[in-house]
Amino acid sequence: MSYIIKGQTGDWEVVIGLEVHAQVTTKAKLFSGAPTDFGAGPNTQVSFIDAGMPGMLPVLNAFAVEQAVKTGLGLKAKINRRSVFARKNYFYADLPQGYQISQYDQPIVGEGTIILDMPEGSRNIGIERLHLEQDAGKLVHDMHATKSFVDLNRAGVALMEIVSKPDLRSPEEAGAYLRKLRAILRYLGTCDGNMEEGSMRCDANVSVRPVGSTELRTRCEIKNVNSVRFVMMAIDHEAKRHVEVYESGGAIQQETRLYDSARNETRSMRSKEMAHDYRYFPDPDLLPVELDEAFVADLEKNLPELPDDKKARFQKAYGLTAYDADVLVSEKENALYFEDVAKGRDPKQAANWVISNLFGVLNKQGVGILESPVSAKNLGRLIDLIADSTISGRQAKEAFEAMVESGKDTDTIIAEKGLKQITDTGPIEAAIDQIMAANADKVEQYRSGKEQLMGWFVGQVMKATQGKANPALCGDLLKKKLAQ
Amino acid sequence: MSELTSLTIAEARSRLKRKEFSALELTEAHLSAMERARHLNAYITETADLARERAKESDKRLAAGEGRPMEGIPLGIKDLFCTEGVQTTAASRILEGFSPPYESTVSQKLRDAGTVMLGKLNLDEFAMGSANITSAFGPVKNPWTPQGRKAELVPGGSSGGSAAATAAHLCMGATGTDTGGSIRQPASFCGLVGVKPTYGRCSRWGVVAFASSLDQAGPITRNVRDAAIMLKAMCGYDAKDSTSANLAVPDFEAVLGQGVKGLRIGIPKEYRPDGLNAEVNALWNQGIDWLEKAGATIVDISLPHTQYALPTYYIVAPAEASSNLARYDGVRFGLRVPGKSLDDMYAKTRATGFGAEVKRRIMIGTYVLSAGYYDAYYVKAQKVRALIMRDFNEAFEKVDAILTPTAPSAAFGINDKIDTITMYLNDVFTVPASLAGIPGASVPAGYTTEGLPLGLQVLTKRWDEETLFRVCQSLEDAAGFKGLGPL
Amino acid sequence: MSPTFSIDTATVRRIATLARIEVTDAELSTWAEQLSGIMGWIEQLKEVNTDGVAPMSGGTDLKLTLRPDVVTDGDMVDQVLANATEAQDGFFTVPKMVE
Repeated sequence: MSYIIKGQTGDWEVVIGLEVHAQVTTKAKLFSGAPTDFGAGPNTQVSFIDAGMPGMLPVLNAFAVEQAVKTGLGLKAKINRRSVFARKNYFYADLPQGYQISQYDQPIVGEGTIILDMPEGSRNIGIERLHLEQDAGKLVHDMHATKSFVDLNRAGVALMEIVSKPDLRSPEEAGAYLRKLRAILRYLGTCDGNMEEGSMRCDANVSVRPVGSTELRTRCEIKNVNSVRFVMMAIDHEAKRHVEVYESGGAIQQETRLYDSARNETRSMRSKEMAHDYRYFPDPDLLPVELDEAFVADLEKNLPELPDDKKARFQKAYGLTAYDADVLVSEKENALYFEDVAKGRDPKQAANWVISNLFGVLNKQGVGILESPVSAKNLGRLIDLIADSTISGRQAKEAFEAMVESGKDTDTIIAEKGLKQITDTGPIEAAIDQIMAANADKVEQYRSGKEQLMGWFVGQVMKATQGKANPALCGDLLKKKLAQ
Repeated sequence: MSELTSLTIAEARSRLKRKEFSALELTEAHLSAMERARHLNAYITETADLARERAKESDKRLAAGEGRPMEGIPLGIKDLFCTEGVQTTAASRILEGFSPPYESTVSQKLRDAGTVMLGKLNLDEFAMGSANITSAFGPVKNPWTPQGRKAELVPGGSSGGSAAATAAHLCMGATGTDTGGSIRQPASFCGLVGVKPTYGRCSRWGVVAFASSLDQAGPITRNVRDAAIMLKAMCGYDAKDSTSANLAVPDFEAVLGQGVKGLRIGIPKEYRPDGLNAEVNALWNQGIDWLEKAGATIVDISLPHTQYALPTYYIVAPAEASSNLARYDGVRFGLRVPGKSLDDMYAKTRATGFGAEVKRRIMIGTYVLSAGYYDAYYVKAQKVRALIMRDFNEAFEKVDAILTPTAPSAAFGINDKIDTITMYLNDVFTVPASLAGIPGASVPAGYTTEGLPLGLQVLTKRWDEETLFRVCQSLEDAAGFKGLGPL
Repeated sequence: MSPTFSIDTATVRRIATLARIEVTDAELSTWAEQLSGIMGWIEQLKEVNTDGVAPMSGGTDLKLTLRPDVVTDGDMVDQVLANATEAQDGFFTVPKMVE
């Protein structure tokens, strides 16, 4: 189901490259000792370095470097053993030094790959580079009639800019790329991936071309879109706009555009279009970052299992379908939960419970697995009780719903609801005898060949035992008695 | 009390320890000298009360026998070093009234060594200049005057206030900073010792930046021993400066008596261009002679890229400065001139706050970094800089130190009309060492026929300030230079 | 010196805009003349053969030192704002910007 825009002149495809700014998980900023916590009072997380005071100098945070390298390794990318910080010079009220310390022609991480699992098969999306840079401050425009307010708490926070190659061909792929990248970052613990708090932000470069063409046409950059869904909508809108412009004989200007989610449209940011000339040059306050081989090797050795590997393992070790494995590994915590449930149990049944039942509940409640009302231990216990025939599947569902509702543990719910299945032959045989005596005509019909009445008999037994009779046992006993 | 202001740091140090006078008396003597010499315009800010307070604290320590290495020594601090709670201007209108809530590492180290800050010394605006005539607080006058004519002379720059104050006994020594010669050239113009250590010896933290890859702090004093004492207190590793060297600080004073016997001294032919000032040339020959007589071996060397150092410097330094000075935008500190938009406010603030020379260098720096010119100018300059470094590396395989003149002339007149490039040429002998990051010092060695001081420059390889001080001491011993007395 | 080197007033205006320094029309030609003179003098660098030379970007050949990821700073909003011409409610303020 490739993404094709049907134009009047023919079919068009979209070419997308994404630039993701991911806040590096660190306690302190990239070049200062000020904290990075979200939501603090204005300018309370600012050092004299972050405020660009005279004579202040940057000193690089070693852990930020480690996190960037780890991320590079997670993206199967080339780690550049020597990288250089450069100054990107421009004036803006959120940029206290008058330049952003970034990396330009010598980034810390080079080319890598992200594998996307799309319905039509897997797709390899190239990573162009990853570099470290400082975040800017925040501007508040609605606090005063004639003034903008400047908060430098974010100024100097460590960001990784992760740039994809223009390999994405649909809004869906762009969405899958962002979700996959986010999963990898979260598995690595290098970024929390929280788009609402701005710790992951995305710029999309979009162009279109006639299907079959390999040219790269003029692209527009859509800035700072703050959710995966909006990125997809913005791309879709922008691609269609390009097609319309081309088909009406116009030309696309290379420019930066802003996505307005309320109106689902992009518009030109003319105010920012003033001739940019960033005058990059190596930051003379810093020396090149040199990584020794052992440092990189050590990080590589201690890399956690990442989504792709985990998925493969889930398929192989647990016999899960690609789809189920993919769903389970999308969040590190989900995979952990599943493995807790699956431990010592039938993995397919565990997967089924987690995906079909639990995720449905979590989605409805709008919470993550860490806030799940049913713990992995309790779900596991529930599955155990099905396995040893203490309860039936139907009873299990009933119990699960009650557990979701009350948050109580499995055994308490089973006891409270009296959900134990009857596996004793005595009471079941008594019920059968009673039913056979009261329905001699049906017994006669069965015995003369109308075997489809078996279902009716089972139903009667269930009714008589309030549904607690073990259905399999019930069938066996009925068969035996009716045959006599 | 003028006798007290005549002392060297070394003398004052031992006499304070012997309690022949108090630190407060020593400070008071300098404070009154400062008052009498305000016409020199050496200080931008005098901190008399603070100085008395610190001197009293020194006296307590001295009384308790807990004096630190420079306890009670009154110094001037170039107004490029941020000093906590004391106005720091970089001699620019754009920073007028700026009161840093922090203390630069170097001035903190000097405080920790027991020194007493007398005030903040005038300089060229943002240390950009060679005559101390670009200060927003007015030019500094050289206390030396020519014999036989009436003229007010420049003290050199950019550490002109530091040099004038030290020469006129308005402090016992002063901090300077040197980006292309800003310690050495004013030292030469004022008959003083000025030392620019190896790049990375002194922390740049808290020093208002001009050109980050070149800026280095150092002392300006009246003799070599004082410079050794002061430099030891100023330098050392600082984790707050990524370019600071994590190396032990040698005891520079300990090597002063060792002489130059057996040292090989290089004489670079490129420093003797056609038309070199005859008096400068003669003094250089005299210096060579002194060192040879003291047992050194003189070796002719070549530093082939010398002539390209100055144009290289005028790409590198303005490029870095254009970026370093972007933070002066009127938002967080310093001058703000209102504008109808943010950009208008920036442009008006910076047009009003910066002087002509600073603007000139920002413009050059912006130009050489701008799209389409970066490779042709900036990258080219960085390559030539590498060649200049290589020249020195090769030379130091053959010699232990290099002797050159410090400046192409003695101090000139404040009112002399000098075009920009001729002004830049003042640093022709000092800039190569700045680009290479090697240590350099100027020692007063003689006089012009008008009785104005002239200095000779000594250069050594990186981290070898010990050899530098040995050669300087030997020159000082031979020259028998007499500085100015108290005014 | 290269007598042919010339920076025109349009370039001066572009540079001044990039550097955020207000220049009056009257100043433009003075600046153009001065910058042309200096850049013309700098042109002599072109004579130097730098083939195969690695650019020297810093002032030192030392190794970069890094800081540990420890919070040691911040929480001093008063000092951060102390030197600002304009501040309000913990913020620096600037003329209103339109997004």
